[in-house]
Amino acid sequence: MSEVQTVENMVTISIDGAQYQAKEGEYILNAARANDVFIPAICYLTRCSPTLACRICLVEADGKQVYSCNAKVKEGMEVTTSTPTILEERRAIMEVYDVNHPLQCGVCDKSGECELQNYTLEIGVDSQSYMIPDTKRETTNWSSVLHYDPGLCIVCERCTTVCKDMIGDAAITTAKRGGADLDKGYKESMPKDAYAMWNKLQKSVIAPSNGTEFTNCSDCGECLAVCPVGALVSRDFVYKSNAWELKRIPAVAAHSSDGAQIYYEVKHGSIEDRTEKIYRVTNEWNFVSLDGSARFAYDFENRGADNTGVKKDSTAFAAALEAFKKAETIRFNAMITNEEALMLQTLKEKMGLKLYNPEVRAFQKFLGYYIAASGSSLYSTDTDAIMKKSDFVIAVGTALRHDSPALKYAFNNVQKLNKGAGLYFHPIADTLIAGFGKSVETFTHKAGLEEAVLYLILDLFADKEKLPTEVKAYIDSFKTTETQTITEKVEKTIKEMVLNEETGEEEEVSKKVKEDVQKEIIVTTNGLVDLLGGDSSKFDDVFAKMMSKKEAFSLMVGEDFYFHPKAENLAKLVALIEATCNMDVVMTPPKSNALGVALICDLDDTATGYTVGYNENGDFRLSALGDGDLDMPAMNQQEGTLTSMSKRVLPTNAALEYEGYELNDIVKALVGAPEHTIDWTQMLPVSKGFKALAFDTLPNAFTNDGRDNRGYVLDVTRQEVQLPAVEPFDQSVVLEGEIAYRCNPARQFNDFTDKSHEIFETFSLYASPAKAESLGEKVEVVFENGSIVLDVVSDAKMEGDIVKVPDFKAAKDVYGLFGASRYQTVTIRKV
Amino acid sequence: MSLEHFKNRNIGTQHYTTIDVGHTPVGAMQTFTQVAKRTVKGELFVGLWVTLREMINALFKGDMATVKYPFEKLPISPRYRAIHDMLRLLESGSYRCIGCGLCEKICISNCISMDTRYDENQRKEVSEYTINFGRCIFCGYCAEVCPELAIVHGPRYENASEQRAGFSLFEDMLTPIDKLNLQQEYDGFGAISPNADDNIKKTPLAY
Ligand code: SF4
Ligand code: SF4
Ligand code: SF4
Ligand code: SF4
Ligand code: FES
Repeated sequence: MSEVQTVENMVTISIDGAQYQAKEGEYILNAARANDVFIPAICYLTRCSPTLACRICLVEADGKQVYSCNAKVKEGMEVTTSTPTILEERRAIMEVYDVNHPLQCGVCDKSGECELQNYTLEIGVDSQSYMIPDTKRETTNWSSVLHYDPGLCIVCERCTTVCKDMIGDAAITTAKRGGADLDKGYKESMPKDAYAMWNKLQKSVIAPSNGTEFTNCSDCGECLAVCPVGALVSRDFVYKSNAWELKRIPAVAAHSSDGAQIYYEVKHGSIEDRTEKIYRVTNEWNFVSLDGSARFAYDFENRGADNTGVKKDSTAFAAALEAFKKAETIRFNAMITNEEALMLQTLKEKMGLKLYNPEVRAFQKFLGYYIAASGSSLYSTDTDAIMKKSDFVIAVGTALRHDSPALKYAFNNVQKLNKGAGLYFHPIADTLIAGFGKSVETFTHKAGLEEAVLYLILDLFADKEKLPTEVKAYIDSFKTTETQTITEKVEKTIKEMVLNEETGEEEEVSKKVKEDVQKEIIVTTNGLVDLLGGDSSKFDDVFAKMMSKKEAFSLMVGEDFYFHPKAENLAKLVALIEATCNMDVVMTPPKSNALGVALICDLDDTATGYTVGYNENGDFRLSALGDGDLDMPAMNQQEGTLTSMSKRVLPTNAALEYEGYELNDIVKALVGAPEHTIDWTQMLPVSKGFKALAFDTLPNAFTNDGRDNRGYVLDVTRQEVQLPAVEPFDQSVVLEGEIAYRCNPARQFNDFTDKSHEIFETFSLYASPAKAESLGEKVEVVFENGSIVLDVVSDAKMEGDIVKVPDFKAAKDVYGLFGASRYQTVTIRKV
Repeated sequence: MSLEHFKNRNIGTQHYTTIDVGHTPVGAMQTFTQVAKRTVKGELFVGLWVTLREMINALFKGDMATVKYPFEKLPISPRYRAIHDMLRLLESGSYRCIGCGLCEKICISNCISMDTRYDENQRKEVSEYTINFGRCIFCGYCAEVCPELAIVHGPRYENASEQRAGFSLFEDMLTPIDKLNLQQEYDGFGAISPNADDNIKKTPLAY
């Protein structure tokens, strides 16, 4: 359906006399920014709702003062960005912000990149007309990464807004400061917006919204990123370095498949240690939001076994060449660039090696089934498009909070900004997601019933004309109708004759009375709803409400589908939904560059014989973790491209030095290769949608209106195909009893996130608080083909009995334990 | 003489005095007589006496005209830019340096490096600080930019060393805590201007 390009209606507005084009319904501020016109604004965040906390974005539109972050453009609108009264307001607002702001810019972590400083200078505040006694506000640590200094906070609410509207945790909120009351006289003497802003500022600070001292949130750190002043800083970074000392390296977040834009910020380690280190990760927070792994898992570079840096070790290199010649299989994972994937594919073609990558293979197969069923070479939408257009999102088969932070943000953002609705189907109930909005319905179904979920979606959303008759009949077979007698109150009007006492005549008077009436109605029970853990008697009404005024629908599917006994049927059902439901689909590639690997490599199902492991177990190990037989550069030491969930091929750059051998050197010695790794970029397979573009020609930026202009988008080809023949769902794959789910804690994705010092989530069994209590401290989880001993950690946002077993340590071979399914029945023993 | 005198180009209008240069001998006889007279007169000892007098004054009266460097040094102008000193607050003895990093940033030869951290008192602490005096050109920018008057150019000008690079650490430059009472306020390069008080505006916190 997405071929129907919605042409955005453009309107013409004038700003300060010049004519500009703007999208209809856009805020004046965004329209101005898209046209490179500057309007001061502090509290507004693109992609979040306006909070009107700062009021500095005042402009005059058609003769009326409005807040430009909150007023929409209209055809022919005339905007004036500054009038004498507006300038007076802005000046007063900035003076107020400067009242009692500690004069510690010299040590502040913003070190000059401060919006308060910028606007104070921009507006030209050179004297102060206001005063009020200060309140002592203590510095606190909200979590293992968040550090808040309320003394510096200007209560712009950007942190709370991003956490609620984008991240979804809504973990922080404004709280009472206990400051002195404003002098009454100011109300008359001050400009009124400045007074209103001050009144609120003086009363508030920011605090965790759960009423405790700690946020207990997903620790994504997005609140730190948006803070315009030095009030919110990562605990690790406080007073560590001035911003101007740090060199920014544009890159792509390496761990999840979100492909988020980041900058690695590097500087020498210390006076003694002059090797460069990454100090922090920053992002273009107006246009991209990071998760905890992207922001905090950055120091995973390979510095060798003794941590002194990798040098070229020619003996190890010779051994590696021997190993490759001897090998039958290369085992690797998704943490690899497109170029490296192409190198491995070349080795396969020229040396007949097997490529074994269980993490990606399942996804690749699923994509294959989907392509066959839909005729489309890739799924139809991406996170950006969902946030911009969708107003109804459905997530199935993905632990949204863990698998794909970007999809979680999109799911939440649609609720908050697009007045959207959402359906979340998953065997493990997630209290956080249920709270994203009033129109979010969650279904906690049995593991294995994913097919049934897709049938329910077909039932709810499909254009019944388009559905094959068998499918329609099959869906209808779950519906039972019965006739029920219900009692309804009906208002009736009765007429009676009353004697008018004045005139003595009889008059006709009508009167309203309520009367109980028995009525027969036909009630349809949707068996699918009940089967999936819903309540069919209520769902109809709820769903009708959810559907009101909804136009753009999106479906998110995830890893549970790829590791599913009925993966093929699921893929067909997804294709059928796309074809009949007016619904876009996005799939989460499991981790990092899974999509790139799936497109570039011909993966094999099994590993045989002598195996070379690349960041994985093997007889000979190439490793970027510093523990292998030959060192390899880690993702922050490499150039290359990654393919993201949004179907973009994104260039990433080397932030840190690496002097050892690379995969390209091995390939060069074995079968011949170009000079540099990035010379492979233009050789990526065009038949799979890649473009023959050289690495150095790839753009890497967002435009001012927020358009993602990084790298390029894969070409998607479509062929006309028949509607896929789907099978009925198979109840025999439903799991009963004790169930384990392969799922990492948020912020953990692989050995590299684990290596990073600001990631604290442990390799443990995660369970709902009640389940964790019953399990005790430590357990052995016994699978059919092995077992694993894990500490038990309680996750307050989980519900139910299914436990999560992480897979981020390759050495533990959790993929091996789970095999072809993401859910397994297990026995859990206390140890 | 003042500058004015030098600028006056009207030669001849000034008052010149002619000194008595005596009589120039004419002919061989007169020349011979002059030489003989001078030889016998002992004019040599007139000059030698000055030397002798100075020697006696220096040896026995302690009135020496030269300085016995390196045992003795002349006082130098506060505006002289030599090896840096790191000053302390006189009242508390704490470092004046707040770790703002401006000196590091402005340093024209890139020879200052510093590490900072979040300390136990929730303040920024300079955990290590160094200047490479092999590269420093003693331009004084660091002292001028320092908002705390913490880094100043001290009077220590001997910086010959065996190696090209010579690093001074924070402790080397810091006023020793037992010599805090001897710490001099610096009025040279980067010091606040004498009329600084006139330029200061009151922060309006009238409560
Ligand atoms: S770290 Fe993320 S989830 Fe936690 S408070 Fe900040 S924005 Fe919200
Ligand atoms: S902590 Fe920062 S982002 Fe949050 S309200 Fe204060 S100034 Fe704004
Ligand atoms: S005197 Fe000049 S060159 Fe020397 S440390 Fe200071 S700024 Fe650098
Ligand atoms: S400029 Fe002054 S206060 Fe700032 S770091 Fe240098 S010496 Fe310390
Ligand atoms: S940006 Fe519009 S009110 Fe703050």
